[in-house]
Amino acid sequence: MADASSTSDGYVPHAPGYVVNGGPTLLTGRFLFEDSYTLERSMQTGGYAGLRTALSRTPTEVHDEVRQATLLGRGGAGFPAGVKWGFCPNGIWPRYLVANGDESEPGTYKDRLLMERDPHQLIEGCLIACYALGLSQCFLYVRGEMALAQERIAGALNDAYEAGLVGANVLGSDFSVDIVLHWGAGAYIVGEETALIESLEGNRGMPRLKPPYFPAAIGLYGQPTIVNNVETLSNLAWIMENGADAYKGYGSKASPGTRLFAVSGHVVRPGVYEVEQGVTTFRDLFYGADYCRGISGGHALKAFIPGGGSAPWFFGEHLDLPLEDRAVSEAGSMLGSGAIVVMDETTDAVKACLRLVRFYANESCGKCAPCREGTSWEQKILQRIHDGEGRPADIDLLLSVGNHISPGPYPVASFDTEGLEAVPFPPTQTTICPLGPSSVAPITSAIRRFRHEFEALITRSDSIPVVSEVGT
Amino acid sequence: MGYFSDANEVLANEIIGRYPRPKSAVIPLLHLAQEQDGWVTREAMLQIADLTGVTAAEVLGTGSFYEMFKFHPVGRYMVNVCTNISCQLLGGEELLNHVESTLGISAGDTTEDGLFTVEEVECVAACTEAPCFTVNYRYFHRATPEVFDQVVSDLRDGHSPVDRGSAGDSGDMPEHGILGRVRQEIPVDRMAGVVPPEQALGQPVWLPGPADVDADG
Repeated sequence: MADASSTSDGYVPHAPGYVVNGGPTLLTGRFLFEDSYTLERSMQTGGYAGLRTALSRTPTEVHDEVRQATLLGRGGAGFPAGVKWGFCPNGIWPRYLVANGDESEPGTYKDRLLMERDPHQLIEGCLIACYALGLSQCFLYVRGEMALAQERIAGALNDAYEAGLVGANVLGSDFSVDIVLHWGAGAYIVGEETALIESLEGNRGMPRLKPPYFPAAIGLYGQPTIVNNVETLSNLAWIMENGADAYKGYGSKASPGTRLFAVSGHVVRPGVYEVEQGVTTFRDLFYGADYCRGISGGHALKAFIPGGGSAPWFFGEHLDLPLEDRAVSEAGSMLGSGAIVVMDETTDAVKACLRLVRFYANESCGKCAPCREGTSWEQKILQRIHDGEGRPADIDLLLSVGNHISPGPYPVASFDTEGLEAVPFPPTQTTICPLGPSSVAPITSAIRRFRHEFEALITRSDSIPVVSEVGT
Repeated sequence: MGYFSDANEVLANEIIGRYPRPKSAVIPLLHLAQEQDGWVTREAMLQIADLTGVTAAEVLGTGSFYEMFKFHPVGRYMVNVCTNISCQLLGGEELLNHVESTLGISAGDTTEDGLFTVEEVECVAACTEAPCFTVNYRYFHRATPEVFDQVVSDLRDGHSPVDRGSAGDSGDMPEHGILGRVRQEIPVDRMAGVVPPEQALGQPVWLPGPADVDADG
């Protein structure tokens, strides 16, 4: 392939972390080219062909194609995009599109890669969605800290406007849409779609009360608004060019297509892998020669997070599960944002748990009391356990605080081994959004499996009276 | 008012014109203010309020929610070290210790010469490339203490360390506040047109007649 390059270990220097694994490349096909982000390279490699196909058909036909492809949302919830698109109420105009590029779930690194390395693929996806649904403006909300992604998208949009691909009368048709690059400014919660809309309206990024559950009904400026993740939108060009049937030729029936998984932590070859959903297992991904090549340092696996910091942890008995939303969800966790964090046997479970919980305490927007107060309680209790100052009742107290944010049964991922019962996921919540409940996942995961590590740190024998149940 | 430079005021108005409601431009304009001075001043917030038709308190209310906006002077180089889970597993906390001891400050502080501010930050989406730090939001992947020392030395000598990041980035290291070295520019004659939602003309012209629209909706 001309101008293409990857090193002998499979990495591609200009697409850091991306690993060539020999599988299908529906999303990362251009990554091998050093100039993958330019309009010129995009055009030479089939860029905007999906848009041309879309424009040659009616908007309803385009929507049908996406619905038939069963394109599942890649932001975390895994909701089918074609169905979400159908929630726009009839006859209410204007409607907007918001591309969610606020990637910040701990462990997640794939939207940044897609925005930096192939911004035109994303822009093309935005155009296809706007055409299909009659969306009159698109806001591309990019996380503020991703300076290079913003530059690449700004450059790509400038070229696309110049070339008549975006703006008034796209490719000479009567389809017109403006795409505006919008910079975030540092707030995890803004990845929640109603918080994202608040932020886009110029407000503090606090989630809105629900219902309505989908901003497709009432969204930006109170108008119907589709919020789709960057990776979700990046699939649309391929689907339009090749069709829903071809798309369903990859992956499994329930989860067609490929997905980007970022595997980080204690593996020999951490990286971002484009993987067919439902076909590959966690074991393949962690130990396979084409993938991560085993746990680093010859250590054994202790636990892994299958779908970002908010997901309940998995263990050795989950290795043979396929990378598929439904299978992972039935086993008590989620694939979430395709963020897999591997922890080897040397990992301090209390320390890892504390770090994740500190994240939620830092990022709680403060709107709902159970989350605002509860996450900081969780952090303080875990901190003192970690510091060797834990109290005998602290483990129960942690579970009790968690129970007030996300009433049990706890979302602990497990099979019925070691006396642990499988429990349903997703968790219940006493809050507007899932941020607070997410903080409970690492706590319950770590306590149920590694309770002895907590107990070992709680060294005090002079019991301090503590109420083990808060607020009741 | 007159906080923004003439060029930035033109830019500010252009940015406001891209949104159906001016308040949506508050965050982009806070970035523009921070770009001009490295931090967000009181005068900047007053003019942003004026330009977007909200109160100055609303500008501060919005801005103070977001971690990137600084309401006091910070270093020319903002060093952000990630210690979240993926980085923690591979030495992010040790890296932060090295950064703090090398610069002689704690996270949250600025060096006396005004060059560096250090922050401990949450996940920056470079998890497979852990541990990671950023300087003015330019990434340094799979970072070691040695790489950090070289970056500091480059910046003190007036050289750009961006190439050392192994992050597919290159070129100049902008000062704190400047995020993008490339800006979106929309030629007026290419714009589809932006109006407040209540002035929109109903169903877009490229959709078929009302009867056929979204029968599934």
